[in-house]
Amino acid sequence: MADPMKIRATVEGDVTDVRVLMAHPMETGQRSQGGKKVPLHFIQNITAQLNGKTVFSADISQAISRNPVFAFKVKGAKAGDKITVIWKDNKGESRTDETTVRGGS
Amino acid sequence: MQQTRRSVIKAGGALGLLALAGTALLKPGRAHAAWNQSAFEAKSAIDAMKALGMGNAEESKDIVIRAPDIAENGAVVPIDVTSNIPGTTSISVFIEKNPFPYTGTFDFAAGSVPFVHLRAKMGETSPVRVVVAAGGKHYTTAKEVKVTIGGCGG
Repeated sequence: MADPMKIRATVEGDVTDVRVLMAHPMETGQRSQGGKKVPLHFIQNITAQLNGKTVFSADISQAISRNPVFAFKVKGAKAGDKITVIWKDNKGESRTDETTVRGGS
Repeated sequence: MQQTRRSVIKAGGALGLLALAGTALLKPGRAHAAWNQSAFEAKSAIDAMKALGMGNAEESKDIVIRAPDIAENGAVVPIDVTSNIPGTTSISVFIEKNPFPYTGTFDFAAGSVPFVHLRAKMGETSPVRVVVAAGGKHYTTAKEVKVTIGGCGG
């Protein structure tokens, strides 16, 4: 099981800034280790939900850096709302984590 | 004659099966049906754009790409994209000189702002091309990012 994501959601006015750090090797299939090719292993799909409703999603390739970081912006969220992020990789593994929106400083 | 033809077909069939098995092994359990494999496997940005139906994107100044002019570490190149085009529904990123240029598409449902920050791997100096979908049309712009390989800087 992959390590949990780190998600931070901070609301400022009408816009909530969401930053996600995922723990994943993002192997390109081009790297060798001990004379053997390390097989492709990468996150393919990301979905982000605000209170259960999808607001942001992505299909990505192995060109995304290892331990991927993404940031995006959601409108209309309030402090205490729930942000859920789901990733799925090419080996069928997946991970779901959530956080609550925090008020800006 | 007939014999030869048969064996050729058989050989072809076996090859086809092998190829299928190979694909299945390489891509076990493709989780997401919409993940556009032909676009992700395209070896040039324009082929990937065509596979995504974005081949006819027109140049636009309303897309802002923020990325370093010179990236010392090609393994982690931060890229920010903002679209100022009204009705933007998605942002797609292509790193033209990567072995597989298509890096990803970010979809914005009602309720998110057309902005994304990502970190990508770059094999060498390359234009980073962005295509925005808005109102059924496609718009594009690009920014060159120099990659210093070897870690000693320029």
